[in-house]
Amino acid sequence: MSIPVITLLTLVLCAGILIGGLLAVLLDNIVSAVISAGLSSLFASVVYVVLAAPDVAMTEASIGSGLTTMIFLYAIRKTRNGD
Amino acid sequence: MIKRLFIFMMLLLLALIFFKLASNYTENTQLSKLGQYYAEKGPQELGAPNLVTAVVVTYRGLDTLGEVTVLFISAAGVGLLLRRTRRKQDDEDLEQGDRAEETAGVHKPASEIVETATELLLPMVILFGIYVFLNGHLSPGGGFQGGAIIASGTMFLLLALPESHISRLLIATIESLSGFSYVVVGVLGVILAGGFLDNRIMDLGTYGSLFSAGAIPLIYVFVGLKVGFELSAVLDRFRKEDTGPL
Repeated sequence: MSIPVITLLTLVLCAGILIGGLLAVLLDNIVSAVISAGLSSLFASVVYVVLAAPDVAMTEASIGSGLTTMIFLYAIRKTRNGD
Repeated sequence: MIKRLFIFMMLLLLALIFFKLASNYTENTQLSKLGQYYAEKGPQELGAPNLVTAVVVTYRGLDTLGEVTVLFISAAGVGLLLRRTRRKQDDEDLEQGDRAEETAGVHKPASEIVETATELLLPMVILFGIYVFLNGHLSPGGGFQGGAIIASGTMFLLLALPESHISRLLIATIESLSGFSYVVVGVLGVILAGGFLDNRIMDLGTYGSLFSAGAIPLIYVFVGLKVGFELSAVLDRFRKEDTGPL
């Protein structure tokens, strides 16, 4: 009686998503919060690959963790200079 | 106090909804009628091995057109909002005279590691994006994913060489041309084949080869180019406003 490797891997990755999300909410430094949100969606994209949805995983990896993080960082820089 | 109460009630309601959802969950043992139709007839009718992308772009083609439109509208909105702020800044620059010089060369250069890695990886990233949308009907991916990968390439470029110039005229031309051609292919489907965005306006070809599955590769090239250039434009517009180091 043992847990299948795939299940174990999925559970670990889901824990990663949760931790990333919690850090994004709890961290005081706004840049670190944005980066942990990106980390959380990177974990999510790996979960999609494990659960056999490579199409969704590609979008999540490039948009969720790459472009969104980048745009957030640009926006933070902009608002800081504004006021 | 009342605010806390509302938050608590909100959480309780959410818990109720999700409890209902989780407790009634049973695994589907067979496809729904529509899904069964797609799975049985799809490969013959569309001639594409990757059924997911084939369904997304033909049977559900109108939805994809809607998604592309949503992205277009958001990119246009970003362009509009950021252009306004820049104009205001330009006016201030005119008044203050030397502020333009002050803010001109403020971008911190990227580290050598990032620059070298970008020079090596950028062509490969762009090539992979093109591969993904050209092979949308064969392998996982498709127009939207390929476009997003190309935009990640642009992101690399902007990270490594913050001063690099991207022609807005080129972006606008390619973006509007590919969007227009996408709709033209859709309308051709109405005239020559069964309906809007029908892929059988072109020969289905041999099952599984690169130039097969009718118009699907063509549509994905247009979608990929449009999405890629649109997202690149959004990134570029965000960057243009930067006047200080992070």
